[in-house]
Amino acid sequence: MNHNDRHLISILMENEAGALSRVANLFSARGYNIESLTVAPTDDPTLSRLTLVTYGNEQIIEQIVKQLNKLIDVVKLIDLSETDAIERELMLVKTRAVGEQRAEMKRLADIFGGRVLDVTDATYTIELTGAGSKLDNFLRAIEKDAILEVVRSGATGIALGQKALHA
Amino acid sequence: MELITGAEILVRCLKDEGVEYLFGYPGGAVLHIYDALYVQEDVKHILVRHEQAALHAADGYSRACGRPGVALVTSGPGLTNAVTGIANAYMDSIPLVVFSGQVPTALIGNDAFQEVDAVGITRPCVKHNFLVKDVTKLAETVKKAFYIATTGRPGPVLVDLPKDVTIAKTEYHYPKKIKLRSYNPTVKGHAGQIRKAVDLILSAKRPMIYTGGGVILSDGSPELIELTQLLGYPITNTLMGLGAYPATDRQFVGMLGMHGTYEANMAMHHCDVLIAIGARFDDRVTGKLDKFCPTARIVHVDIDPSSISKNVKVDVPIVGSVPNVLRAMISVIRDEKLRSDSEALAHWWRQIDEWRAVKSLSYRHSNEVIKPQYVIEKLYQITEGKAIITSDVGQHQMWAAQYYLFDRPRQWINSGGLGTMGFGLPAAMGAKFAFPDEDVACITGDGSIQMMLQELATMKQYQTPVKIVNLNNGYLGMVRQWQEFFYQKRYCMTYFESLPDFVMLTEAYGHVGMRIEKPGDVEGALREAFAMKDRTVFLDFVTDPSENVFPMIPSGGGQSEMLLAERDEMVSTHHEGMVLL
Repeated sequence: MNHNDRHLISILMENEAGALSRVANLFSARGYNIESLTVAPTDDPTLSRLTLVTYGNEQIIEQIVKQLNKLIDVVKLIDLSETDAIERELMLVKTRAVGEQRAEMKRLADIFGGRVLDVTDATYTIELTGAGSKLDNFLRAIEKDAILEVVRSGATGIALGQKALHA
Repeated sequence: MELITGAEILVRCLKDEGVEYLFGYPGGAVLHIYDALYVQEDVKHILVRHEQAALHAADGYSRACGRPGVALVTSGPGLTNAVTGIANAYMDSIPLVVFSGQVPTALIGNDAFQEVDAVGITRPCVKHNFLVKDVTKLAETVKKAFYIATTGRPGPVLVDLPKDVTIAKTEYHYPKKIKLRSYNPTVKGHAGQIRKAVDLILSAKRPMIYTGGGVILSDGSPELIELTQLLGYPITNTLMGLGAYPATDRQFVGMLGMHGTYEANMAMHHCDVLIAIGARFDDRVTGKLDKFCPTARIVHVDIDPSSISKNVKVDVPIVGSVPNVLRAMISVIRDEKLRSDSEALAHWWRQIDEWRAVKSLSYRHSNEVIKPQYVIEKLYQITEGKAIITSDVGQHQMWAAQYYLFDRPRQWINSGGLGTMGFGLPAAMGAKFAFPDEDVACITGDGSIQMMLQELATMKQYQTPVKIVNLNNGYLGMVRQWQEFFYQKRYCMTYFESLPDFVMLTEAYGHVGMRIEKPGDVEGALREAFAMKDRTVFLDFVTDPSENVFPMIPSGGGQSEMLLAERDEMVSTHHEGMVLL
């Protein structure tokens, strides 16, 4: 198992100043990859939920999990790639939309379950949610030249079934 | 209840925590704290001459006695000077609590005078750190700092204190106990894993016990000795682990690793079961990873899960504190009257004794020039092996580790992980504070000693007599050695064309200086120095500048690929993979 598999790691941590830096610092100091990272407070304001996407072989992921657990601010974490889980990411895309493009763009947005949030005579702003791969597919499906701006939230996720991460 | 200032709260916390010594250096941001220190006598403040020394002294104190070391520095340069000392403690897992002054909260982020982002700068080299913005959180934070520093895998914790917080007032309440939902180190080993480990350990034909600093930090030496003697297995210690098992005992095969003994490294290379305890498979120990213990199944006991299978994949991991886990192992073996394979063990010991017979630590004596190894041997004899020894970093450090036989834990104090030149002298001072009645010697070199020389003044002020054993070869010897071996003797920037007269220099600080140039004078000088119980003595030994540290596994080599000393007669006689100079 030497593949660099993609892992979605979800962390419950103290909502303290500097907690995010500790996580980010760990990745840079130890030379781990970090593809995306998203963080916000939870229903309990003393806790934050941080979700990150990283790549590595089995040994590296094991170390990442152990090193994260070692951070004093980390309460609990789960590698969502090791369990049945749902992954979601939000993407906002501003596209060129003129002439025949307008109908085509709307149709593609519908196919991918997106919503058009803003319309001008030359552009659409589309909102899309889904797993990262679905968002990638949407970007591949539309004309490359039509893309004016892409904003992605980074992946977040939750385990399926009764499994829940709480302090 | 009475309202008191943050500064007073801090001092009361230290008192309630039982802090004996506070090593520090004042400055603008910590003036309120110094004022609070002025009016009490419970916590003794030691005024060093450089903040790095405050950290190393607190560190040496902690390594010697096991209690947490405590330091106080001001903001800005006070903190940045302390960073080397903090990183040093972090790499060797030493429990320190460091207080740094900070500019007032209203000025944080304004590039104020003597402002640095202390929490940001130290984040990668502390176990944890805090910025206290509210005086009502101060006492609780101090409690957390001590708790985190001293439990689990120990380490330094920094508490950054803005000046306004130290003058703001609140009631004092120091929590007796603290519980952190996000921090709960595993102490007790998993019973099933312990059982598995015992089975594997007893099935060994060629067992080897390899232990590190974790045994010393956890005070696990008695349990280690009991288990090792119960099993009758050979044992090696890392540089950080020396003293955990008595070096004079027959089962001890010496230090392992880059400058370890031949028998230790060969036994590691050929063992079939490796029992790693409180050690972290550092690159100076393993050499080339894919040649490390190629035939061994590995048991690893460590309190830090992230140390397990980090560099080397292990077969039976056990997370827990060393004494706890070892006691459990001993119980299983004793209760069930389990036995190791005595026939295989006898065979294995015969093999190890053959490796031992190589005498990899022998060196050529000289009547003309002082051999550094000889100085350490004499130091060992004259102190009857009982002194607390600190060292700096370089060749002298390796010779100290090889030729002074440490029979008890916390007797050997050196900078292993970070390799900080300048550590030895302030660490010796710290150790002397912990044990004023013990002989403390700092083994150093002409390079290292000049990095913290100013502490001679502190040692005068507080009357902490230390014997400084300077192996003066005029070179940065370890770097010179590498240049000799790997850079065709191009000695770039490793020769000091100018060195101070250390005797005069020491005397200028009010201590005793001695210069020793002949092998015949070594013993007498050492006796004379140690007879001066209440004086710091600087022994400047002029040693052979061409001497190298052997054995040596060149960086990137495997355990069995050792360079032994320049002994030609051995070229064709010994084992495969051995390269001789």
